[in-house]
Amino acid sequence: MNKTTLYDQHSALGASFTDFGGWEMPVRYGSDLAEHEAVRNSAGLFDISHMGEIVVVGPQAKDFLDSKLINLSSKIAPGRAKYSMLLNESGGIIDDLIVYRLSEEEFLIVANASNKDLVAADLVPKGFDCEVEDQSDQWSMIALQGPRSLEVLDRFVSEPITIGYYSIGKYVIDSAEVLIARTGYTGEDGFEIYCQNNQVVSIWEQLLQAPEVTPCGLASRDSLRLEAGMPLYGHELERDIQPAEAGLGKVVITREGFQGQSGLREPKKKLIGLKGEGKRAARQGYQVYENEKQVGEVTSGILSPTLGYPIAMAFTTNLETKPGDKLMVDIRGTHQEFIVVELPFYKRAN
Amino acid sequence: MYPENYKYSKEHEWVSVEGDVATVGITSYAADALGDVVYLDLPSVGASTVYLKICGEIESTKSVSELYSPIDGEVVEVNDAVSANPEMVNSDPHGEGWLFKVKFTELPAELMSASDYQEMVG
Repeated sequence: MNKTTLYDQHSALGASFTDFGGWEMPVRYGSDLAEHEAVRNSAGLFDISHMGEIVVVGPQAKDFLDSKLINLSSKIAPGRAKYSMLLNESGGIIDDLIVYRLSEEEFLIVANASNKDLVAADLVPKGFDCEVEDQSDQWSMIALQGPRSLEVLDRFVSEPITIGYYSIGKYVIDSAEVLIARTGYTGEDGFEIYCQNNQVVSIWEQLLQAPEVTPCGLASRDSLRLEAGMPLYGHELERDIQPAEAGLGKVVITREGFQGQSGLREPKKKLIGLKGEGKRAARQGYQVYENEKQVGEVTSGILSPTLGYPIAMAFTTNLETKPGDKLMVDIRGTHQEFIVVELPFYKRAN
Repeated sequence: MYPENYKYSKEHEWVSVEGDVATVGITSYAADALGDVVYLDLPSVGASTVYLKICGEIESTKSVSELYSPIDGEVVEVNDAVSANPEMVNSDPHGEGWLFKVKFTELPAELMSASDYQEMVG
């Protein structure tokens, strides 16, 4: 199994590990609820070096990406980021991606660990004047997330951080040049730091010295993203799910000429948010019923640490389903009522 | 770390005996593996428990696990405090985080000593 450069740091911090996309990743260091709370109230530090980094460079990099991804990369201003997707020819999702435009002719694409090889194999710039390089092995990536992450990070970088949400810039930490993006997967303000493998240990250890910062594992990353209503590949996103079905219709610009566009069809199902009562969570694979009829399945669910009640995302084949509707979820033999709610479940105050 | 005077099942429950009543909980090894426990479904007073049969559920932030009874008997008391505050399973699994008490006649021979259990979990 792959290990990130920070593996020894995680071990020394007492992490429990899990296999995630072929990587041995920290699932928690102590209490995942405490880690979750640290991100909501202060700052949490995640090692997400398992993510894939693919760089596209050249005069026609933007045209190539426009032909591949659902959003127009050519419309992203240098220094900005956009959430996007790569579809297969039948319109199903190969992966969801963050596209950063580093300069006029250079793009950084961040893919999920488990899909990175597929994405890299698909991004072949035939007929375009640009080059694609999978640089995942060279890059480490750590995320500092939470309301206090800006003030913490500002203490370590050579000049004040001025980038806004979904922007990226070059900064210097410890005489090492790094890329810092104001992006994340937690529903809080926060940053993702891209650096070379040989720089990451020092940056990680420095940031952890800040009293505001708690190291956080993938368990809290998952509960945070779920509260924030963000999809996770393998749960809400799959090869046979189309963007509109996952509620991401609005990220698809109505335009022609991108891979998979001809395969897009009317949605057959709809991703919804569910809110329950009590303490029992509806989990992935549990069946959803409407008027005694099975209409779908839960894709992710937990007892929300921040909200205190069970939350879940689920697919239903009833496209008319709307907030306020009551559905039942079969929780290991007991039907429990859930109310359809808008996503996200949790939104930060400012 | 595992109390010497307790007995342990291969499903990671502990048993502490006082007269004909056994107190049951899960081990710190199990609690750590589960992560933060957020919900407990415990047997009711009066229910019969059977050795290595499912008698409840333990739900953590990330997963649901079945709770196996480490002993044959009848439930005589349930720890309501731990039901209300499931995090006690993590903070004090071998003490305040006990789950239920069973009136029993015989301890299963398969239960392990603390050192054997320690060896099993490594």
